[in-house]
Amino acid sequence: MAGITLKGLKKSYGTAHVIKGVDIDIEDGEFVVFVGPSGCGKSTLLRMIAGLEDISAGELSIGGKVVNDLPPKDRGVAMVFQSYAIFPHMSVRENVGFGLTIAGASKAEKAEKVANAARILQMEHLLDRRPSQLSGGQRQRVAIGRAIVRNPQVFLFDEPLSNLDAALRMDMRLEIGKLHQQLGATMIYVTHDQVEAMTLADKIVVLKDGMVQQIGSPMELYHDPANLFVAGFLGSPAMNFLDVDVTAVNGSKVLVSNAALKPVEITAKVGGFSAGGKAKLGIRPQYLTPVDSGGMLQGRIALTERLGSETVVDLTLGDGTRLIAALARDAVFPIGADLGLTFDAAQAHIFPQ
Amino acid sequence: MAGPAIALILVFVIAPFFLAVGFSFTNQRLVSPNPAEFIGLSNYRQLLGVGVLHLDPLTDAAGAVVLDEQGQPKLSELRKITRKNPDYPQFDGMREWFSWSSGEGRTYVLARDVVFMTAILNTFIFVLVVAPLQGGLALGLALLINQRLRGINVFRAIYFMPVVVSIVVVSLLWSFIYNQNEGILNNILSAISFGAIPRIDWLGNPSTALGAIIFMSVWQAVGFHMVIWLSGLQTISPTLYEAGAIEGASKWQTFRYITWPGLRNTAVLVLVVITMQAFGLFSQIDVMTKGGPLDSTQTIVFQAIQRGYGKQDISAGSAISVILFVIVLSVSLIQRYLTREKA
Repeated sequence: MAGITLKGLKKSYGTAHVIKGVDIDIEDGEFVVFVGPSGCGKSTLLRMIAGLEDISAGELSIGGKVVNDLPPKDRGVAMVFQSYAIFPHMSVRENVGFGLTIAGASKAEKAEKVANAARILQMEHLLDRRPSQLSGGQRQRVAIGRAIVRNPQVFLFDEPLSNLDAALRMDMRLEIGKLHQQLGATMIYVTHDQVEAMTLADKIVVLKDGMVQQIGSPMELYHDPANLFVAGFLGSPAMNFLDVDVTAVNGSKVLVSNAALKPVEITAKVGGFSAGGKAKLGIRPQYLTPVDSGGMLQGRIALTERLGSETVVDLTLGDGTRLIAALARDAVFPIGADLGLTFDAAQAHIFPQ
Repeated sequence: MAGPAIALILVFVIAPFFLAVGFSFTNQRLVSPNPAEFIGLSNYRQLLGVGVLHLDPLTDAAGAVVLDEQGQPKLSELRKITRKNPDYPQFDGMREWFSWSSGEGRTYVLARDVVFMTAILNTFIFVLVVAPLQGGLALGLALLINQRLRGINVFRAIYFMPVVVSIVVVSLLWSFIYNQNEGILNNILSAISFGAIPRIDWLGNPSTALGAIIFMSVWQAVGFHMVIWLSGLQTISPTLYEAGAIEGASKWQTFRYITWPGLRNTAVLVLVVITMQAFGLFSQIDVMTKGGPLDSTQTIVFQAIQRGYGKQDISAGSAISVILFVIVLSVSLIQRYLTREKA
């Protein structure tokens, strides 16, 4: 078991800088999720930790030991790949025990450890099958089994669920969460799916363009996003952003309004606002509530989606801005009608422009 | 739509095949005023007839072994047995293929057509040496070349070049290389050994001629099989290698557990293709040695052509073709059985 420290980690391919100085502290036994849009460098970062990519600059230590120049096998890591990377010509048993075969373990030790991994993953009945006889979820289980057998200090998951269908993805997500509790090992998990990030992580690292945007627990990130990107990336449907004018600043209280928005005082978490300036006001669709009259926002309904548990309403505000409201419970909103909305100012976010 | 293609295949592939089978049962000549006659298996008997004969030493009236001038036990003359001897009709017209001493006497293996037997033997030696050597070398080259290095395509091109050059041209060039007095091979060998290695007439010496042709043939086609291996290598997913690296597989383990199993189908293909090409050995022989010296480089196809066209005995040539067909078919079936997918 080991913590991991990334200090000023950089990766460049010639003049293309993919990872631009990343600092992350991962504690022993933590489940950390790297999340971000495609091309943000999250997989590259994971592969640098695994040792599959060279580190251009910075320092990577696992368990207090700098491992920059160690080959993958000496880093004490196991990796689960998006494409499973299980060997098609070997049975499940041979696949799971591959690391032990390589290490020259005895037959008895191999049998015991493979059986143990199979029990943890509930796939004892699959051990004699060939990979071609397995479903996607079962294959991923084999890949995870191969990782477990090595008893690594660190598990690395590279988008392990993105090749699975939605229902299976949810099952496997729960399984991976359970596995983490059971094994207590440090796990790093890369995904572009924010639901996986929110549900699995002890700590989320949001990446964009090779730089860390914010590190924190899922709820910290959800409730206190550090910047516009994080605010817009986490949460579904995505947060609404309104261009607003700052009319007054009083300490951390910022009074904002615009053509479609009645003046409202928001508590800013960051500085940099001045009266007469511009700002972005962020409101999560879930925190908007419809009112009969005296709403803070007024818009015309362009589209509605009834999901049963909630109703997503797509509005066009007076100044032409689009606004999404996710309203609790099922309700009918006629398209083309006007709708007044209000929101809790304490749940709104303001970002300097 | 497939009409023209079917017609062409019929005329140039299927018809000749059946014609060859048909001719092999007749005494058809390439050009002859006499009509062909059906002669059954006579051609095959002529080609494949073999017999084993053991000769005991001659004894005198007292039962003692008669010795010849060198003090060796004297045997009755082989010629007297194989030339119109009514006691041994089955050996009539046969010649000694090879023999060995057994006890006081000698055991002879006789063949009706010793040259053809030599041709079969040489062809099998060629196949047995070329198939593993060429396949293995080609795999080695493919592994070396399957890397992302600057200028790697130059090496790919160099190794592939001999494949593009006509085998006839290659054979001519290698005849120069193997030449006893002017050849570059002898020049190099004598230069690096300061004249200690004598100049060898590589193609003119029965003990080196087949080896020289084998070496050249391996070199010539190795690039082709390298490309097939290379295509096989590139179908192996890079993540499998990454998984191997994470698990700590050494270079040899990576090859043993990831590369080689991933090349299974390619290996079968390469093996079958090399074997079939090797059985068809002809051009090199025709250009470099014409089957000589002392029949040491006779091959099945060379014999078929020589008899069918050189001696105008198209029926014997056809019979040889049919024999080759049966050999190649059986070898391929055996290979398929041995390399079958084990469930």
